[in-house]
Amino acid sequence: MSDSSIGQPVHRREDERFLRGQGRYTDDIHLPGEAHAYFLRSPHAHARIRGIGTAAAAQADGVVAVLTGEDLAADGVGGLPCGWQITDVDGNPMKEPAHPPLAQGKVRYVGDAVAVVIAESYWQAKDASELIEVDYEPLEAVASAARALTDGAPRVHDEFDDNCCYVWEIGEGGEVDAAFDSAAHTVSVDITNNRLIPNAIEPRAAIAQYTPGEERYTLYTTSQNPHVTRLLMSAFVLQIPEHKLRVVAPDVGGGFGSKIFHYAEEAVLTWASRRVARPVRWTAERSESFTTDAHGRDHVTRAEMALDGDGHFQAMRVRTTANMGAYLSTFAPSVPTILYATLLAGQYRTPKIHCRVTAAFTHTTPVDAYRGAGRPEATYVVERLVDACGRALGIDQAEIRRRNFIPKDAFPYQTPVALNYDVGDYEATLDAAMEMADVAGFEQRRAEARSRGRYRGIGYSTYIEACGLAPSNIAGALGARAGLYEAGEVRLHPTGKVTVFTGSHSHGQGHETTFAQVVSDRLGIGIEDVEIVHGDTDRVPFGMGTYGSRSLAVGGTAIMRALDKVIDKSRKIAAHMLEVDAADVEYDDHGTFRVAGTDRTLSMPEIAFSAYVPHNYPLETLEPGLDEMAFYDPTNFTYPAGSHICEVEVDPETGRVEIVNFTAVDDFGNVINPMIVEGQVHGGLAQGIGQALLEACVYDDASGQLVTGTYMDYTMPRADDLPSFRVDTRNTPCTHNPLGVKGCGEAGAIGAPPAVVNAVIDALGPLGVHDIGMPLTPVRVWQAIQQAGGSRAA
Amino acid sequence: MLKIEANDSHRVTLTLNGRERSGNARPRTLLSDFLRHELGATGTHVGCEHGVCGACTVRVDGVASRACLMLAVQADGRRVDTVEGLAGDDGPLSDLQAAFRRHHALQCGFCTAGILNSCADFLGRERDPSEAQVRDMLSGHLCRCTGYTGIVRAVLEVAAQRREQRQEERDDV
Repeated sequence: MSDSSIGQPVHRREDERFLRGQGRYTDDIHLPGEAHAYFLRSPHAHARIRGIGTAAAAQADGVVAVLTGEDLAADGVGGLPCGWQITDVDGNPMKEPAHPPLAQGKVRYVGDAVAVVIAESYWQAKDASELIEVDYEPLEAVASAARALTDGAPRVHDEFDDNCCYVWEIGEGGEVDAAFDSAAHTVSVDITNNRLIPNAIEPRAAIAQYTPGEERYTLYTTSQNPHVTRLLMSAFVLQIPEHKLRVVAPDVGGGFGSKIFHYAEEAVLTWASRRVARPVRWTAERSESFTTDAHGRDHVTRAEMALDGDGHFQAMRVRTTANMGAYLSTFAPSVPTILYATLLAGQYRTPKIHCRVTAAFTHTTPVDAYRGAGRPEATYVVERLVDACGRALGIDQAEIRRRNFIPKDAFPYQTPVALNYDVGDYEATLDAAMEMADVAGFEQRRAEARSRGRYRGIGYSTYIEACGLAPSNIAGALGARAGLYEAGEVRLHPTGKVTVFTGSHSHGQGHETTFAQVVSDRLGIGIEDVEIVHGDTDRVPFGMGTYGSRSLAVGGTAIMRALDKVIDKSRKIAAHMLEVDAADVEYDDHGTFRVAGTDRTLSMPEIAFSAYVPHNYPLETLEPGLDEMAFYDPTNFTYPAGSHICEVEVDPETGRVEIVNFTAVDDFGNVINPMIVEGQVHGGLAQGIGQALLEACVYDDASGQLVTGTYMDYTMPRADDLPSFRVDTRNTPCTHNPLGVKGCGEAGAIGAPPAVVNAVIDALGPLGVHDIGMPLTPVRVWQAIQQAGGSRAA
Repeated sequence: MLKIEANDSHRVTLTLNGRERSGNARPRTLLSDFLRHELGATGTHVGCEHGVCGACTVRVDGVASRACLMLAVQADGRRVDTVEGLAGDDGPLSDLQAAFRRHHALQCGFCTAGILNSCADFLGRERDPSEAQVRDMLSGHLCRCTGYTGIVRAVLEVAAQRREQRQEERDDV
């Protein structure tokens, strides 16, 4: 095959089934004899459970069983484990509360599961749940992290003295303080990173089945990483032997982080399926998605920069309070620490950085990784602060960034916050973005808008992220309780067709196309003859799943390593068939083996046939078959980076912000499928802009009630809220993986929010507005204008 | 007027993608659940059950409708078209489906069925829509993956193709 598909916008093969309505999502699956589960959830943010009366519910029509936390405890079912342990400033482990899958003794957030009803139909289960009498003693609640950390705040967990999960820090505080003492300028910002609700459009769902003859369990679930779910359930929660548990994540309708975690329902259904001897199914209602999918963000930060007289950054000091919610979700502790503070250098040479993070328990839904996970929070801090520095010192926003960029000849670059950037060219993406965004013509557009009564502004965000997490040994030293490698298997069939098994999982990212491009190119076998299998622990050897933009950088590299093994073995087979030494057989990297200097060749399908029909084959030295697998543990993070420029118009009469242009130029390393990459950027931008303009998860602090619990209250970005995006790339290949790829899934959500907010602040500067918090809803913008007194000045 | 007791099971017969299908529904059974779990037409998805996300949109007698805001018994005797019917049995993708693929207008595929049905209805009514009109129509749907740009491009392209096609047909006459 001569035409490589690498770098081509190959249309997605998975689209055929999705466009025809032939996708197979968890709720589409029905098992014979299945029963339906309905979870009764706490209406209180904090209450003692004095008793649960289940008798009436148990006798209701169609009810199979009513189960509570007591039943779980009686069966020895464990709590949900946390996969990351942070060590605090005093060297002590974080506070790690018990997290029973069904509440025991107390409920700690609205939505905490109290009981499960299993019945012949969904409606019978739901109706019966209304007959359960829970005797609650409501207790005082706290929803905000700041108040949770005050003396006398209601305690979330009785076993601890206070609500502080940990205080953690990175960097040399003394050196940073000294730099501030001697700085020519200091600039500070106080910012809130608004709490978000992920809202994948497919609600979480699961079906569990126990097969007594085999003593085996099968769980179909909406997961981004089925092997991790299997491991956690097996080792910690249910103590089912790992080989007796199959977890399948079929087509999954979006995840954005929220489907990484091991959730209570998965464990309860699996346990219950054996107890009631029936398959048990459950699909979340949207209100359950709002109250029980792990939320994202929720940081409050004060950040300061020390600068010299020329606007060079000298030191940065950051204090962040992070809301963890009521329990520690699977990877929650890593988000405001390892995935956040290590990114505070951004694209800049800031020589000294100190960050201290205080994490608090509150009576709210657990918070964990959501698209970007820590890196959007870091980027928002850095880029809002850099913007404030530019304004304070009267330096152009592009110029202050350029003045502090890590230059392209300084890589590899060791930051003061642990990371070692391998490669990048930040000037290149900024130059390209400024040209694409026509920055040169901006002042003219601003003046024209002003003549229409509109305030136009431009905002920059030059971000970096760390993806493809990370060497397992380093992650382990930082508290990870899991490895972060990936597995891949490449199986050639006798007919020359190929099945590839990857531990990565696609829930919209198009792995079935991109990964097939990689394999097809390397083996010289058509894409249509390469199938990508993912999401089934019985088919895929192992895997850590998909999150942190890791699939191609880590999962793709595992496949590349397996391909190397396939090619090594194939070369030996070819040498035998061609009757030459293996050293004399050349591989053209696209499917053809050739005796050096001759026209004698063999193709990959010919070799595969010989491997399975080994009549002319070196059986003495080589096993038959052509099926190789590899694990790959990355040697470093990858460092995608880019420049986002947002242009807005604000109507000062209504406070409405319109995004008139959004330009993103990113460095993703090598690109396998530019169409899919562009789509990933678009989706990330929509979520980033959603955070900046529309989305806010709001709790009533006193009662702990979720105020934004439906789509009528929580504003999701719609087509008429967004512009058509202008996106491009300026790529420097990653230096430490064979594909040279960095990851693109989170970039938009990371880069966009500060670009939008900086643009609005730029627009409203003439009205005296210099600070405003997300989301920039019309009422907030209008109030900011009124408070600045700027409407009269207009 | 049809009268049904709360716990009665009612036989509902409708024309699904051109074929007569029937099944049993309780009075409170939603059309979305009836299609998915009684008739096995799982191409229609349910995202929010409160009529906001648009994932469950089907066409009832040709008009885009939220299947989660309609009872199955209300669809008795009516024509219901879903995503499964857009291309016909194993036929090639329709122009709209093909444009979605070309423009990467879907990622996880969950919201796609509803969006396709709204677009099919819309393009039957609007022959020369502007981008703003397309975005207004799409604002009845939530897509968390794509940012909508690819969808907008696909719909505008299909509208242009159909205009050209109609022009050619007129020219031929």
